[in-house]
Amino acid sequence: MMHISHADLGGTTGHGPIVNEPEDERFHAGWEPRVLAVTLAMGATGLWNIDMSRAARESLPTYARLTYYEIWFEGLLKLLAAHALLADDELQAGHSLHAARELPRKLLAANVPTVLANGASTERPATTKARFKVGDAVRMFAGEVPHHTRLPRYVRGRRGVVERVHGAHVFADAHATGRGEQPHWLYTVAFDARDLWPDASPGVRVSVDAWEPYMGKA
Amino acid sequence: MSIHHHDHDHEHSELSPMELRVRALETVLGEKGYIDPAALDVLIDTYQTKVGPRNGARVVARAWCDPAYKAWLLRDGSAAIASLGFQGRQGEHMVVLENTRDQHHMVVCTLCSCYPWPVLGLPPTWYKSAPYRSRAVRDPHGVLAEFGVTLPEGTSVRVWDSTAEVRYLVLPMRPEGSERLSEDELAALVTRDSMIGTGLPLLPPARAR
Repeated sequence: MMHISHADLGGTTGHGPIVNEPEDERFHAGWEPRVLAVTLAMGATGLWNIDMSRAARESLPTYARLTYYEIWFEGLLKLLAAHALLADDELQAGHSLHAARELPRKLLAANVPTVLANGASTERPATTKARFKVGDAVRMFAGEVPHHTRLPRYVRGRRGVVERVHGAHVFADAHATGRGEQPHWLYTVAFDARDLWPDASPGVRVSVDAWEPYMGKA
Repeated sequence: MSIHHHDHDHEHSELSPMELRVRALETVLGEKGYIDPAALDVLIDTYQTKVGPRNGARVVARAWCDPAYKAWLLRDGSAAIASLGFQGRQGEHMVVLENTRDQHHMVVCTLCSCYPWPVLGLPPTWYKSAPYRSRAVRDPHGVLAEFGVTLPEGTSVRVWDSTAEVRYLVLPMRPEGSERLSEDELAALVTRDSMIGTGLPLLPPARAR
Protein backbone atom coordinates (compact mmCIF):
# COMPACT_ATOMS: atom_id res chain seq x y z
CA MET A 1 0.00 0.00 0.00
CA MET A 2 1.22 3.50 -0.83
CA HIS A 3 2.47 5.32 2.25
CA ILE A 4 0.83 8.73 2.56
CA SER A 5 2.29 11.27 4.96
CA HIS A 6 0.00 13.97 6.29
CA ALA A 7 2.86 15.69 8.12
CA ASP A 8 4.90 17.20 5.27
CA LEU A 9 3.69 20.76 5.79
CA GLY A 10 6.54 22.99 4.56
CA GLY A 11 5.15 25.73 2.32
CA THR A 12 1.51 24.65 2.49
CA THR A 13 -1.04 27.40 3.10
CA GLY A 14 -4.24 28.07 4.96
CA HIS A 15 -3.27 27.00 8.48
CA GLY A 16 -4.06 30.31 10.22
CA PRO A 17 -2.06 32.40 12.67
CA ILE A 18 0.69 31.25 15.03
CA VAL A 19 -0.38 31.27 18.67
CA ASN A 20 2.53 31.82 21.06
CA GLU A 21 2.54 30.46 24.59
CA PRO A 22 4.56 31.11 27.75
CA GLU A 23 7.79 29.22 28.38
CA ASP A 24 6.50 27.43 31.46
CA GLU A 25 3.38 26.05 29.75
CA ARG A 26 4.38 22.46 29.12
CA PHE A 27 1.07 20.59 28.77
CA HIS A 28 -2.58 21.47 28.26
CA ALA A 29 -4.34 18.52 29.90
CA GLY A 30 -3.47 15.98 32.56
CA TRP A 31 -3.35 13.11 30.06
CA GLU A 32 -0.78 14.74 27.78
CA PRO A 33 2.32 14.09 29.92
CA ARG A 34 1.06 10.53 30.49
CA VAL A 35 0.95 9.96 26.71
CA LEU A 36 4.45 11.39 26.35
CA ALA A 37 5.75 9.08 29.07
CA VAL A 38 3.96 5.92 27.89
CA THR A 39 5.23 6.54 24.36
CA LEU A 40 8.83 6.96 25.56
CA ALA A 41 8.57 3.91 27.83
CA MET A 42 7.17 1.69 25.07
CA GLY A 43 9.77 3.03 22.65
CA ALA A 44 12.42 1.87 25.11
CA THR A 45 11.22 -1.76 24.82
CA GLY A 46 13.16 -2.01 21.56
CA LEU A 47 10.25 -3.37 19.49
CA TRP A 48 10.28 -0.38 17.17
CA ASN A 49 12.48 2.64 16.50
CA ILE A 50 11.89 6.39 16.38
CA ASP A 51 11.47 6.39 12.60
CA MET A 52 8.78 3.72 12.83
CA SER A 53 7.05 5.85 15.49
CA ARG A 54 7.14 8.89 13.21
CA ALA A 55 5.84 6.84 10.27
CA ALA A 56 2.96 5.50 12.40
CA ARG A 57 1.94 9.01 13.46
CA GLU A 58 2.42 10.82 10.17
CA SER A 59 0.36 8.33 8.16
CA LEU A 60 -2.69 8.60 10.44
CA PRO A 61 -5.63 9.57 8.18
CA THR A 62 -6.92 11.77 11.01
CA TYR A 63 -3.53 13.57 11.46
CA ALA A 64 -4.72 17.05 10.44
CA ARG A 65 -7.58 17.20 12.93
CA LEU A 66 -5.84 15.70 15.95
CA THR A 67 -3.88 17.65 18.57
CA TYR A 68 -0.19 16.85 19.03
CA TYR A 69 -0.52 14.36 21.87
CA GLU A 70 -3.65 12.84 20.34
CA ILE A 71 -1.41 12.04 17.36
CA TRP A 72 1.13 10.45 19.69
CA PHE A 73 -1.60 8.41 21.39
CA GLU A 74 -3.13 7.16 18.13
CA GLY A 75 0.34 6.43 16.71
CA LEU A 76 1.18 4.39 19.80
CA LEU A 77 -2.09 2.41 19.58
CA LYS A 78 -1.26 1.63 15.96
CA LEU A 79 2.19 0.29 16.87
CA LEU A 80 0.82 -1.71 19.82
CA ALA A 81 -1.79 -3.32 17.55
CA ALA A 82 0.75 -4.04 14.82
CA HIS A 83 2.93 -5.86 17.35
CA ALA A 84 -0.03 -7.70 18.93
CA LEU A 85 0.68 -6.09 22.31
CA LEU A 86 -2.81 -4.75 22.90
CA ALA A 87 -6.26 -5.88 21.80
CA ASP A 88 -9.28 -3.61 21.37
CA ASP A 89 -11.23 -5.41 24.09
CA GLU A 90 -8.43 -4.67 26.55
CA LEU A 91 -8.50 -0.93 25.95
CA GLN A 92 -12.30 -1.08 26.30
CA ALA A 93 -12.09 -3.03 29.55
CA GLY A 94 -9.17 -1.05 30.93
CA HIS A 95 -7.53 -4.34 31.95
CA SER A 96 -5.28 -6.98 30.48
CA LEU A 97 -7.41 -9.84 29.14
CA HIS A 98 -4.85 -11.78 27.12
CA ALA A 99 -1.43 -13.24 27.77
CA ALA A 100 1.48 -10.81 27.69
CA ARG A 101 4.35 -11.09 25.22
CA GLU A 102 7.96 -11.35 26.25
CA LEU A 103 9.64 -8.04 25.34
CA PRO A 104 13.33 -7.39 24.64
CA ARG A 105 13.65 -4.63 27.27
CA LYS A 106 11.71 -2.75 29.92
CA LEU A 107 12.45 0.79 31.08
CA LEU A 108 12.70 0.80 34.87
CA ALA A 109 12.35 4.01 36.90
CA ALA A 110 15.90 3.73 38.21
CA ASN A 111 17.30 3.66 34.66
CA VAL A 112 15.40 6.64 33.26
CA PRO A 113 18.06 9.29 33.98
CA THR A 114 20.81 7.21 32.34
CA VAL A 115 18.71 6.27 29.33
CA LEU A 116 17.76 9.90 28.71
CA ALA A 117 21.32 11.16 29.26
CA ASN A 118 22.77 8.58 26.88
CA GLY A 119 20.27 9.29 24.13
CA ALA A 120 20.69 7.35 20.92
CA SER A 121 23.30 8.64 18.51
CA THR A 122 22.45 8.00 14.86
CA GLU A 123 26.02 8.46 13.64
CA ARG A 124 27.71 5.30 12.34
CA PRO A 125 31.18 4.53 10.95
CA ALA A 126 31.24 5.45 7.27
CA THR A 127 31.85 2.54 4.91
CA THR A 128 31.96 4.66 1.75
CA LYS A 129 33.62 7.91 0.77
CA ALA A 130 31.32 10.93 0.86
CA ARG A 131 30.08 11.63 -2.63
CA PHE A 132 29.70 15.37 -2.02
CA LYS A 133 31.73 18.06 -0.29
CA VAL A 134 30.95 21.52 1.03
CA GLY A 135 30.20 23.87 -1.86
CA ASP A 136 29.00 21.18 -4.29
CA ALA A 137 25.82 21.95 -6.24
CA VAL A 138 23.23 19.18 -5.94
CA ARG A 139 19.75 18.49 -7.25
CA MET A 140 17.24 16.82 -4.98
CA PHE A 141 15.29 13.72 -5.99
CA ALA A 142 12.13 14.82 -7.75
CA GLY A 143 9.73 11.90 -7.62
CA GLU A 144 7.20 10.31 -5.31
CA VAL A 145 8.55 8.25 -2.41
CA PRO A 146 6.33 5.21 -1.75
CA HIS A 147 7.34 4.91 1.92
CA HIS A 148 8.27 7.02 4.96
CA THR A 149 10.87 9.63 4.07
CA ARG A 150 12.48 12.76 5.49
CA LEU A 151 12.81 14.48 2.12
CA PRO A 152 10.24 17.29 2.22
CA ARG A 153 8.20 17.90 -0.92
CA TYR A 154 9.13 21.57 -1.12
CA VAL A 155 12.76 20.80 -2.03
CA ARG A 156 12.12 17.92 -4.44
CA GLY A 157 13.69 18.56 -7.82
CA ARG A 158 15.30 21.78 -6.56
CA ARG A 159 18.93 22.78 -6.84
CA GLY A 160 20.87 23.48 -3.66
CA VAL A 161 24.40 23.70 -2.33
CA VAL A 162 26.05 21.41 0.23
CA GLU A 163 26.87 23.49 3.28
CA ARG A 164 27.83 20.95 5.93
CA VAL A 165 28.79 17.28 6.01
CA HIS A 166 27.60 15.49 9.17
CA GLY A 167 29.09 12.02 8.77
CA ALA A 168 27.19 8.79 8.10
CA HIS A 169 23.84 8.48 9.88
CA VAL A 170 21.10 5.88 10.22
CA PHE A 171 18.94 6.30 7.11
CA ALA A 172 15.41 7.16 8.24
CA ASP A 173 13.72 5.76 5.11
CA ALA A 174 15.22 2.28 5.62
CA HIS A 175 14.96 2.39 9.42
CA ALA A 176 11.24 3.25 9.34
CA THR A 177 10.40 0.42 7.00
CA GLY A 178 12.16 -2.42 8.80
CA ARG A 179 15.12 -2.57 6.43
CA GLY A 180 17.74 -1.90 9.07
CA GLU A 181 19.95 1.13 9.62
CA GLN A 182 21.66 1.36 6.19
CA PRO A 183 23.78 4.38 7.23
CA HIS A 184 24.36 7.02 4.56
CA TRP A 185 26.26 10.30 4.47
CA LEU A 186 24.15 13.17 5.79
CA TYR A 187 24.48 16.73 4.49
CA THR A 188 23.00 20.14 5.15
CA VAL A 189 21.84 21.39 1.75
CA ALA A 190 20.93 25.08 1.46
CA PHE A 191 18.62 26.67 -1.11
CA ASP A 192 18.03 30.24 -2.18
CA ALA A 193 14.40 30.73 -1.16
CA ARG A 194 13.69 32.16 -4.64
CA ASP A 195 14.52 28.73 -6.06
CA LEU A 196 11.81 27.23 -3.83
CA TRP A 197 8.97 29.75 -3.77
CA PRO A 198 7.67 32.17 -6.41
CA ASP A 199 6.84 34.70 -3.69
CA ALA A 200 10.08 34.48 -1.66
CA SER A 201 11.87 37.56 -0.33
CA PRO A 202 15.45 38.13 -1.45
CA GLY A 203 18.13 37.42 1.15
CA VAL A 204 16.45 34.27 2.50
CA ARG A 205 18.11 30.87 2.45
CA VAL A 206 16.51 27.63 3.61
CA SER A 207 18.25 24.34 4.36
CA VAL A 208 17.28 20.75 4.93
CA ASP A 209 19.37 17.87 6.26
CA ALA A 210 19.46 15.26 3.52
CA TRP A 211 20.93 11.77 3.20
CA GLU A 212 23.01 11.01 0.11
CA PRO A 213 20.30 8.93 -1.66
CA TYR A 214 18.06 12.03 -1.70
CA MET A 215 20.26 13.86 -4.20
CA GLY A 216 22.53 13.80 -7.23
CA LYS A 217 25.02 16.12 -8.86
CA ALA A 218 23.38 19.27 -10.22
CA MET B 1 -1.73 23.93 35.30
CA SER B 2 -2.24 21.20 37.85
CA ILE B 3 -1.88 17.68 36.56
CA HIS B 4 -3.33 15.91 39.61
CA HIS B 5 -6.59 17.72 40.09
CA HIS B 6 -9.10 14.96 40.59
CA ASP B 7 -10.76 14.06 43.81
CA HIS B 8 -11.04 10.28 43.95
CA ASP B 9 -14.73 10.28 44.90
CA HIS B 10 -15.75 12.05 41.71
CA GLU B 11 -12.97 10.78 39.54
CA HIS B 12 -14.96 9.10 36.85
CA SER B 13 -17.63 11.70 36.43
CA GLU B 14 -14.98 14.38 35.87
CA LEU B 15 -12.64 12.62 33.50
CA SER B 16 -12.67 13.44 29.82
CA PRO B 17 -12.87 10.58 27.29
CA MET B 18 -9.16 11.07 26.53
CA GLU B 19 -8.23 10.88 30.23
CA LEU B 20 -10.14 7.63 30.48
CA ARG B 21 -8.59 6.09 27.39
CA VAL B 22 -5.05 7.05 28.42
CA ARG B 23 -5.59 5.70 31.93
CA ALA B 24 -6.97 2.48 30.48
CA LEU B 25 -3.92 2.13 28.25
CA GLU B 26 -1.50 2.76 31.13
CA THR B 27 -3.31 0.18 33.26
CA VAL B 28 -3.28 -2.51 30.59
CA LEU B 29 0.39 -1.98 29.71
CA GLY B 30 1.31 -1.98 33.41
CA GLU B 31 -0.65 -5.20 34.07
CA LYS B 32 1.10 -6.87 31.16
CA GLY B 33 4.44 -5.86 32.61
CA TYR B 34 5.47 -3.86 29.56
CA ILE B 35 5.97 -0.61 31.47
CA ASP B 36 7.09 0.35 34.96
CA PRO B 37 4.50 2.90 36.18
CA ALA B 38 7.17 4.55 38.35
CA ALA B 39 9.27 5.13 35.23
CA LEU B 40 6.45 7.20 33.77
CA ASP B 41 6.51 9.49 36.79
CA VAL B 42 10.27 9.99 36.48
CA LEU B 43 9.96 10.76 32.77
CA ILE B 44 7.23 13.32 33.39
CA ASP B 45 9.06 14.95 36.27
CA THR B 46 12.18 15.25 34.10
CA TYR B 47 10.45 17.17 31.33
CA GLN B 48 8.14 19.12 33.60
CA THR B 49 10.63 20.38 36.16
CA LYS B 50 14.22 19.60 35.16
CA VAL B 51 14.76 20.03 31.43
CA GLY B 52 13.70 23.29 29.82
CA PRO B 53 14.89 26.47 28.11
CA ARG B 54 16.77 27.67 31.21
CA ASN B 55 19.39 25.04 30.27
CA GLY B 56 19.89 26.63 26.87
CA ALA B 57 19.99 30.08 28.48
CA ARG B 58 22.98 28.94 30.55
CA VAL B 59 24.77 27.80 27.40
CA VAL B 60 24.12 31.14 25.70
CA ALA B 61 25.17 33.21 28.72
CA ARG B 62 28.40 31.23 29.02
CA ALA B 63 29.14 31.83 25.33
CA TRP B 64 28.50 35.55 25.78
CA CYS B 65 30.99 35.69 28.68
CA ASP B 66 33.71 33.33 27.51
CA PRO B 67 35.12 33.65 23.97
CA ALA B 68 36.95 30.32 24.19
CA TYR B 69 33.73 28.55 25.19
CA LYS B 70 31.87 30.27 22.36
CA ALA B 71 34.46 29.14 19.82
CA TRP B 72 34.16 25.56 21.12
CA LEU B 73 30.35 25.75 21.05
CA LEU B 74 30.33 26.83 17.42
CA ARG B 75 32.90 24.20 16.47
CA ASP B 76 31.53 21.22 18.42
CA GLY B 77 28.10 22.03 19.85
CA SER B 78 27.43 18.59 21.34
CA ALA B 79 30.65 18.49 23.39
CA ALA B 80 30.52 22.12 24.55
CA ILE B 81 26.88 21.76 25.64
CA ALA B 82 27.57 18.43 27.36
CA SER B 83 30.36 20.11 29.36
CA LEU B 84 27.60 22.07 31.15
CA GLY B 85 25.70 18.84 31.89
CA PHE B 86 23.11 19.00 29.10
CA GLN B 87 23.07 16.02 26.78
CA GLY B 88 21.18 12.98 25.59
CA ARG B 89 17.85 12.28 24.00
CA GLN B 90 17.03 14.59 21.09
CA GLY B 91 20.33 16.43 21.57
CA GLU B 92 22.80 13.81 20.41
CA HIS B 93 24.03 15.86 17.43
CA MET B 94 23.98 19.56 18.30
CA VAL B 95 24.86 22.40 15.95
CA VAL B 96 24.89 25.98 17.28
CA LEU B 97 24.08 28.86 14.91
CA GLU B 98 25.42 32.31 15.72
CA ASN B 99 23.19 35.29 14.97
CA THR B 100 25.03 38.42 13.76
CA ARG B 101 24.12 41.80 12.31
CA ASP B 102 24.36 40.23 8.87
CA GLN B 103 22.67 36.89 9.47
CA HIS B 104 19.64 35.81 11.48
CA HIS B 105 19.00 32.10 12.01
CA MET B 106 15.63 30.45 12.61
CA VAL B 107 14.90 26.76 13.27
CA VAL B 108 11.87 24.68 12.29
CA CYS B 109 10.87 21.06 11.73
CA THR B 110 8.42 21.06 8.83
CA LEU B 111 7.96 17.26 9.03
CA CYS B 112 7.19 16.80 12.73
CA SER B 113 8.52 18.43 15.90
CA CYS B 114 12.28 17.89 16.06
CA TYR B 115 13.70 20.15 18.76
CA PRO B 116 16.82 20.13 20.99
CA TRP B 117 15.30 18.71 24.19
CA PRO B 118 18.36 18.80 26.50
CA VAL B 119 18.76 22.57 26.06
CA LEU B 120 15.19 23.74 25.35
CA GLY B 121 12.96 21.03 26.85
CA LEU B 122 9.79 19.98 25.05
CA PRO B 123 8.75 22.17 22.13
CA PRO B 124 5.96 24.71 22.60
CA THR B 125 2.65 23.94 20.90
CA TRP B 126 3.14 26.50 18.14
CA TYR B 127 6.47 24.92 17.14
CA LYS B 128 4.67 21.59 16.61
CA SER B 129 1.66 23.08 14.82
CA ALA B 130 0.82 23.57 11.16
CA PRO B 131 0.89 27.40 11.02
CA TYR B 132 4.56 27.66 12.05
CA ARG B 133 5.75 24.48 10.31
CA SER B 134 4.19 25.49 7.00
CA ARG B 135 5.24 29.15 6.91
CA ALA B 136 8.68 29.26 8.56
CA VAL B 137 10.35 28.01 5.35
CA ARG B 138 8.25 30.09 2.97
CA ASP B 139 7.72 33.42 4.69
CA PRO B 140 10.17 33.73 7.60
CA HIS B 141 9.87 37.54 7.63
CA GLY B 142 6.10 37.23 8.03
CA VAL B 143 6.54 34.69 10.82
CA LEU B 144 9.06 36.93 12.59
CA ALA B 145 6.66 39.87 12.32
CA GLU B 146 3.98 37.74 13.98
CA PHE B 147 6.41 37.20 16.86
CA GLY B 148 7.01 40.96 16.99
CA VAL B 149 10.50 40.77 15.50
CA THR B 150 11.67 43.16 12.78
CA LEU B 151 15.22 42.65 11.60
CA PRO B 152 17.49 45.55 10.68
CA GLU B 153 17.75 46.37 6.98
CA GLY B 154 20.43 44.23 5.39
CA THR B 155 20.14 41.25 7.76
CA SER B 156 19.66 38.10 5.74
CA VAL B 157 17.61 35.19 7.05
CA ARG B 158 18.63 31.57 7.19
CA VAL B 159 16.01 28.94 8.02
CA TRP B 160 17.15 25.49 9.19
CA ASP B 161 14.63 22.68 8.64
CA SER B 162 15.58 19.85 11.07
CA THR B 163 14.78 16.97 8.76
CA ALA B 164 17.28 14.45 10.23
CA GLU B 165 18.69 13.88 13.75
CA VAL B 166 20.87 17.00 13.88
CA ARG B 167 19.41 19.49 16.35
CA TYR B 168 19.94 23.23 16.13
CA LEU B 169 20.29 25.90 18.82
CA VAL B 170 20.45 29.59 17.92
CA LEU B 171 23.05 31.70 19.74
CA PRO B 172 21.37 35.11 19.81
CA MET B 173 23.29 38.40 19.80
CA ARG B 174 24.20 39.72 23.23
CA PRO B 175 21.98 42.73 23.91
CA GLU B 176 23.55 46.16 23.97
CA GLY B 177 23.96 47.61 27.44
CA SER B 178 24.56 44.20 29.04
CA GLU B 179 28.33 44.62 29.41
CA ARG B 180 28.30 44.76 33.21
CA LEU B 181 25.89 41.93 33.85
CA SER B 182 26.96 38.68 35.47
CA GLU B 183 26.52 35.35 33.71
CA ASP B 184 23.39 34.62 35.78
CA GLU B 185 21.92 38.01 34.96
CA LEU B 186 22.66 37.46 31.29
CA ALA B 187 20.98 34.03 31.34
CA ALA B 188 17.79 35.72 32.56
CA LEU B 189 17.71 37.77 29.34
CA VAL B 190 17.80 34.70 27.12
CA THR B 191 14.30 33.66 26.06
CA ARG B 192 13.22 30.34 24.60
CA ASP B 193 12.16 32.05 21.38
CA SER B 194 15.55 33.77 21.00
CA MET B 195 17.16 30.31 20.93
CA ILE B 196 14.73 29.10 18.22
CA GLY B 197 15.26 32.31 16.26
CA THR B 198 11.68 33.53 16.49
CA GLY B 199 12.55 36.09 19.15
CA LEU B 200 15.33 38.28 20.48
CA PRO B 201 16.81 38.34 24.00
CA LEU B 202 15.28 40.68 26.54
CA LEU B 203 16.92 44.04 27.07
CA PRO B 204 18.87 44.55 30.29
CA PRO B 205 16.89 46.18 33.09
CA ALA B 206 17.52 49.92 33.28
CA ARG B 207 20.31 50.44 35.80
CA ALA B 208 20.99 53.36 38.08
CA ARG B 209 24.11 55.25 37.10
